[in-house]
Amino acid sequence: MSNISEQIAELVAEISGEDEVLDERDLDLFEEEILDSMAAIELLVAIKSEFGVSIAPTELDREEMNTVNKIIERVSERM
Amino acid sequence: MNFFVDPAFFVLLVPIVGIAACLGMTQRPLRRYGSVVSLLMLLLLFYRTPEGLALCAGYIAMSLVLARWVLSLFAKKDHDQNRAVLLYRVALALQIAPLIIYKVTVAAGGGLLGFLGISYITFKGAQVLIEIRDGLITELSATDYLYFLTFFPTFTSGPILRSRTFVADVHKELTRDDYLDRLYRGLGWLVMGAVYKFVGGALAQWATWFLPSLIGTSTPFTFGVTQVVSCVTYGVYEFFDFAGYSYMAMGVGLCLGVEVMRNFNKPFLSLDLKDFWTRWHISLSTWVRDFVFMRFVQTSMEHKWFKSRLTTACVGYMINMVLIGLWHGITLDYFVYGVFYGLCMAGVEFYQKRWKFYKKHRRDKWFQVCEWAVNMVVVFMGFALFNGQLFHPVIV
Repeated sequence: MSNISEQIAELVAEISGEDEVLDERDLDLFEEEILDSMAAIELLVAIKSEFGVSIAPTELDREEMNTVNKIIERVSERM
Repeated sequence: MNFFVDPAFFVLLVPIVGIAACLGMTQRPLRRYGSVVSLLMLLLLFYRTPEGLALCAGYIAMSLVLARWVLSLFAKKDHDQNRAVLLYRVALALQIAPLIIYKVTVAAGGGLLGFLGISYITFKGAQVLIEIRDGLITELSATDYLYFLTFFPTFTSGPILRSRTFVADVHKELTRDDYLDRLYRGLGWLVMGAVYKFVGGALAQWATWFLPSLIGTSTPFTFGVTQVVSCVTYGVYEFFDFAGYSYMAMGVGLCLGVEVMRNFNKPFLSLDLKDFWTRWHISLSTWVRDFVFMRFVQTSMEHKWFKSRLTTACVGYMINMVLIGLWHGITLDYFVYGVFYGLCMAGVEFYQKRWKFYKKHRRDKWFQVCEWAVNMVVVFMGFALFNGQLFHPVIV
């Protein structure tokens, strides 16, 4: 689980180019303009190739995946 | 009878909302009432155009059949995925074909298969099929789907509802207090929308001809000023007119116990074009974002069509905006409008991702004021293109 958490935090940091998400995992990614729709879909593609977890673009509302911790939860519950 | 325009519509709203209020306050479900009222209102909408009624009824019947068919394709656990996806694509093509045929034939001087509200009902039908394919919709009753497609407050001009949200919402058991909260908010939006449309919109419309006629176009300078004034007043008019309509639709929806998404959210305060499109005609921009832009980006990334993410994003934005442009009509004006916004969106993406100065100063007040000013110039240039001023400048 912690390994997955690290990997997801690193994925978000890599895609957004913002390292602060590695430590501040409850930061609102859309509010803080760390993720936009382009980065969000990039993240879904990366999650699919890294973890084999497929999440459709409209499956989750933004409020359900707007922090690193929420993304970790969403991926973990689908693995 | 045109919705939200004809006085008769507003007169009819009084008993419609009155009965809804009685049902809602006595905690009776509003779903069946809303469905029947919507069907009756559609009959009134088309009572002078029986051919429109026939086309609309045919389209709704086709949508119900297509949804059932696609649901059955993906229902079995051991279904043949390739076959199901192929047939789903056929169904999706059938779902959007009437709108495309209509738009193309309008451009050619005709208007085959068109009826009032065809665009918005197509968006709704396509969303349902795509989300069945995604596995997000596994059941949808015919009565719920019919209510979703015919929900009269949003039928002619949106906002574009999403089926999963709509169905969940109309099945919610509202307490008296829940309903009263919706009713009060609904009446508030209805009044605000009417003020926007009939006061703000009327004043802005008056300004679109009064100010240019005051300034004139006799010299190159006044010609230039008139073009600027025209696109600004036109943009402000578009906002008050469409936002006013959308707020009223939202208000009537709430009175019937249904939450309708907000379609406009202070667009003229946006700092960049991407921000603008999250505040202007939100239900359309998010629909295209979710079902065109994101799908395109996803597919192009999975198949590695482009080397960089920036190129992917730029191509995606271009497709997005040209599509929005052509949806308004297949004309050169709307095509140029789409290309212009597509290029500007790509430009915004480029500077936000690559310009270190932006990253360093994006939260500074002075920078945001400059960014807002540049954005407003771009936004109103877009309105000038939308208004057809590029090929037909305003002459008084």
